[in-house]
Amino acid sequence: MINPIGSATRPATLVEHFEHGLDAPICLTWELTYACNLSCVHCLSSSGRRDPRELSTEQCEAVIDELRAMQVFYVNIGGGEPTVRPDFWHLLEYAVDHQVGVKFSTNGVRIDLPRARYLASTDYVDVQVSLDGATAEVNDRVRGPGSYAMALRALDNLAAAGFTDAKISVVVTRENAGQLDEFKRIADEHGATLRLTRLRPSGRGADVWDELHPTPAQQRELYDWLVRAGENVLTGDSFFHLAGFGEKLPGLNMCGAGRVVCLIDPIGDVYACPFAIHDTFLAGNVLTDGGFAEVWRTSELFRRLRAPSGGGACASCRFYDVCRGGCMAAKFFTGLPLDGPDPECVQGYGEAALADPARTVPAQRQDHSHRTRPRAAAPVPVQIGARPDPAAPPASPCAESPLAGFRVTD
Amino acid sequence: MTEILDQPWELSPSVALRPEPFGALAYHFGNRRLTFLKRRELVEVVRSLGDSPDARTALARAGVPAGRWDAYAVALRGLAQADMIRRRDTGGEER
Ligand code: SF4
Ligand code: SF4
Repeated sequence: MINPIGSATRPATLVEHFEHGLDAPICLTWELTYACNLSCVHCLSSSGRRDPRELSTEQCEAVIDELRAMQVFYVNIGGGEPTVRPDFWHLLEYAVDHQVGVKFSTNGVRIDLPRARYLASTDYVDVQVSLDGATAEVNDRVRGPGSYAMALRALDNLAAAGFTDAKISVVVTRENAGQLDEFKRIADEHGATLRLTRLRPSGRGADVWDELHPTPAQQRELYDWLVRAGENVLTGDSFFHLAGFGEKLPGLNMCGAGRVVCLIDPIGDVYACPFAIHDTFLAGNVLTDGGFAEVWRTSELFRRLRAPSGGGACASCRFYDVCRGGCMAAKFFTGLPLDGPDPECVQGYGEAALADPARTVPAQRQDHSHRTRPRAAAPVPVQIGARPDPAAPPASPCAESPLAGFRVTD
Repeated sequence: MTEILDQPWELSPSVALRPEPFGALAYHFGNRRLTFLKRRELVEVVRSLGDSPDARTALARAGVPAGRWDAYAVALRGLAQADMIRRRDTGGEER
């Protein structure tokens, strides 16, 4: 990446620019549907059932037109499982034909060989397959029976079709934190790039976060592993809260919510971040508030998020420069103050805060989970429907962490 | 190492520039790299490369003082490596 160009006076760093927000997001996630064929226990958007208010094909096209006008160069498409929308492939083409590149997250359900060949023939499409265990045993406990085989089959098809550099996206949990080398091997074998993201207590993730989030010892090992992996493994903005262990990790080292990061949900609601689906972080709606650009530029919530903040209880921490108090969503959904330490603070302040008996966890605002929610060992219900829309795989955490695949040097 | 300044360059056809308060974002649709042009003058330079006989002329047109041209040559080389800018009329044998 380019160097800012030497100058006697240090130019403001990108992080400083980003804190005031950009004219358009650079890490925009768009969840096309809440429908999903799976029921991952940690799904950040509590997906399962389609929302009847889901944006129509024409409304989606209008969103893409607007993204093009704003010069949003690419969008991370997720869900739910986006590929179960009958118009998914049409919208994909519509986007790339309008100079909006796409990376989409999938559990692999629809990536058969012909689709893989089609994807390999496109230039501006990137595919990310979710996998939460390097073995079926570990993966399927979280993502449901058969989901490991489904993901691996999709990756095999992509590799066989000559699709280069697919992404394998892993949410790091207590159960798979010891499998990082195996994940890397699976990625290498498929000519893919490994992407590790943080388990955040968003959506159904709130129900399992206590049991599944990595232990402090695992966080430390994860950090060391990431330092060794360097730029070969993508992390988006997932682990900047671990920067206090040593040097900064590659990626975005700040919370970009509402500044460079944003979510459009299946019904057109705009949230500050894909991990922050809650009224508190709802900025507006693309249908009722004058379109996405209008919401991005004028929302009161975003104005507040872009205003300078002091750092609160973290301000005096010597790691504040790199950690900045961690992830807003992780704090919010564990009931911690937003201007205090992250629940996984490397200094241990998070654990102390979590132990506070007065802590209350906010209720989830929306839930599209399948009503008969299969827990780990139960079979995954396959819905049968007349339209080709029924089975939708959810991209779990796929949804996207900001800044996937994007590197900044400053 | 400043011969780049004597050569004709242009913005790559796969690159789009988006103005931002600090300068611009450059996105390459092919290799999906996002690069930040952190100075408005650099954005000026990059934009005028295609209409200038050589990079030196683009620097002069953007009003960059000659004392800074070496630094700009380094930046332009970085952009060339990421295929954000490419040699003009050379049928791809640049680099
Ligand atoms: S809230 Fe968390 S996940 Fe969202 S942008 Fe901020 S740090 Fe990233
Ligand atoms: S006290 Fe705050 S800034 Fe310091 S490491 Fe913990 S979360 Fe990060």
